[in-house]
Amino acid sequence: MSSLHRFANPARFSRLSRAVLPWTAAGTTLLMAVGLYLGLVVSPADYQQGETVRIMYVHVPAAWMAMGCYTSLALASAAALIWKHPLADLAAQETAPIGACFTAIALATGALWGQPMWGTWWVWDARLTSVLVLLFLYLGYIALVNAFDDPQRGARAGAILALVGWVNVPIIKFSVDWWNTLHQPASISRLDAPAIHPSMLTPLLLMALAFLLLFITLLLMRIRSRLIDRRIQVMQQREIEG
Amino acid sequence: MSDFSASGLACRRGERLVFRHLDFALPAGGALVLRGPNGSGKSSLLRILSGLLPPAAGTLSWGGTPIADEPELHRDRLHYVGHLDAVKPTLTVRENLRFWAGMREALDEQAVTDALARFGISALANAPARFLSAGQKRRLALARLLASGADLWLLDEPTVALDAATIVLLEGIIAEFRAEGGRLVVSTHAPIALPDAQRLDMAGYAPAQGTLPVLEALL
Amino acid sequence: MSGFRMLVARDLKLAGRQGSDALLVVGFFVLGAVLFPFAVGPDAAVLARIAGGVIWVMALLAAMLSLDRLFQADYEDGTLELLALSPLPLGFLVLAKCLAHWLTTGLPLIIAAPLLAILLNLPADGFATLVLAMALGTPILSLLGAVGAALSLGARRAGVLVSLLVLPLTVPVLIFGVAAVDAAVGGYPAGPHLMLLGALFLAALPLCPWATAAALRHAVE
Repeated sequence: MSSLHRFANPARFSRLSRAVLPWTAAGTTLLMAVGLYLGLVVSPADYQQGETVRIMYVHVPAAWMAMGCYTSLALASAAALIWKHPLADLAAQETAPIGACFTAIALATGALWGQPMWGTWWVWDARLTSVLVLLFLYLGYIALVNAFDDPQRGARAGAILALVGWVNVPIIKFSVDWWNTLHQPASISRLDAPAIHPSMLTPLLLMALAFLLLFITLLLMRIRSRLIDRRIQVMQQREIEG
Repeated sequence: MSDFSASGLACRRGERLVFRHLDFALPAGGALVLRGPNGSGKSSLLRILSGLLPPAAGTLSWGGTPIADEPELHRDRLHYVGHLDAVKPTLTVRENLRFWAGMREALDEQAVTDALARFGISALANAPARFLSAGQKRRLALARLLASGADLWLLDEPTVALDAATIVLLEGIIAEFRAEGGRLVVSTHAPIALPDAQRLDMAGYAPAQGTLPVLEALL
Repeated sequence: MSGFRMLVARDLKLAGRQGSDALLVVGFFVLGAVLFPFAVGPDAAVLARIAGGVIWVMALLAAMLSLDRLFQADYEDGTLELLALSPLPLGFLVLAKCLAHWLTTGLPLIIAAPLLAILLNLPADGFATLVLAMALGTPILSLLGAVGAALSLGARRAGVLVSLLVLPLTVPVLIFGVAAVDAAVGGYPAGPHLMLLGALFLAALPLCPWATAAALRHAVE
């Protein structure tokens, strides 16, 4: 059947991902080791914030990945809706929990950073608030995808929600910034300095790259395990049908 | 040629390929009866013919033009009666029918009255539909066929809950509809007299292996 | 467009006969807001400060309450399939349902809002702006809500799910809506906030029905 040719891709995906995975895993480990060493040991402490500034090397890349994952969730969803490719569905579904984890890490490290800086765990800072709303968007997506008995229905509904959410993210961001300037005009809330010294920028970028590779590694592993799960289902089905 | 025709239709439900390589051609006045056991895809085929469900493969065409090119036109010429009667219990029988006639931009009070009379529910016209029996609700759902003025009727198990006399009535109405050039696709388990009807045995289009071919292709 | 009018008229008629839906929503709205003085104390200054926010949050929650039935009844009795097969494009059908939903829930909320404003000591300067902001904001709630209601059709625990999906998306409406009222109370121009609310409405008007129609198409497959 001609229309089935597109389902042949998962086989190619399996081969390809098996070849790529060791490299991305090794790259993640290496970059993270170097980035953490440079960030935690080599780079200088901030003259205002002291040693606490080092949380930045985890917080900022996590926040970037939180946004980046949502964009890739939306892209995979668009691909799933347009080309109806099952791999795109899987990619979207498996991106969401990873993105939600990055978002949670960004929020947790933001709170940890805020404690010494502001003397309180949580400040309704524009950036943190937007990230919090983003976490709710991720949770809504995950809840919706899992709320159907027919997995295909869940995948389709989730894909539409991801696109709707993606269109809304800039609007939410804008409105939260607007709200923030109304309520706390002083800009005490800058988490990252505008002009950053190279000794801090290098580890930050290394960590960002490490997080990106970590995302790719986790995503490939999750998709592979989903495909293997399906394979088991088929084998069990065969057993039942003799 | 002005046939309503299908070529190479395939249907997928979730992970399961339900049927494939399905062809038919239905001329004006023709009737197509779908046969097959439960799960053989009769209802799915009717949903594909209506445009609710996109086919996994193959094309449907009307008079040589693919239906995918003009979905609004197709919706305008068909009426589908599914398993559910779509009757609102708080509206009266007449209001229920008027609503659907009006949705098709063809609200003709006379046609509504006639359709109710034809299916023998005129006496109930002003009663709230919640007082109807299952068979009466079914008749109301079928009365929409007449009020809709459609050229193509897609009926999924239309005889469920109907008594013998009403089935005879329905046979007569279908015969008139076909005599005027209407086309009919019907799935049914009950014997219903449709002279010169084509038969489509769904079992002939099931995938060779009864297992999960789509899933297998995924490996 | 006769189909559009037929559908709005039918939904209004159904809401009228089934009766109490709109009243329940307004009842929830009022009752929820009345709980706040019990929670924070009857201090007039405190109430005046939070009145705009409380009214908006309660309006949001009340709108959520009515959403799960927006398509559910039509979905369960097979009406939705036939609607999807009617010649009227699905996006317009959604718009008609949203209009009917707004008339039966949004409009009563707007009418009840000044009453709550009095109970919560909202300064008189804010009344007109509150009504205006709600007139712009509640249609957005209906439109966004339609997306959530269509997406969760056939899902388990659809009612709770709709709120979880839609509430984060309503954050901008809440922010601009409350900001407009606060500005009016504080003696600042409310215009910019209202204009942003209007812009949101204009953006939601085509986009939400489009997304909802896509979701409904999958639901009736």
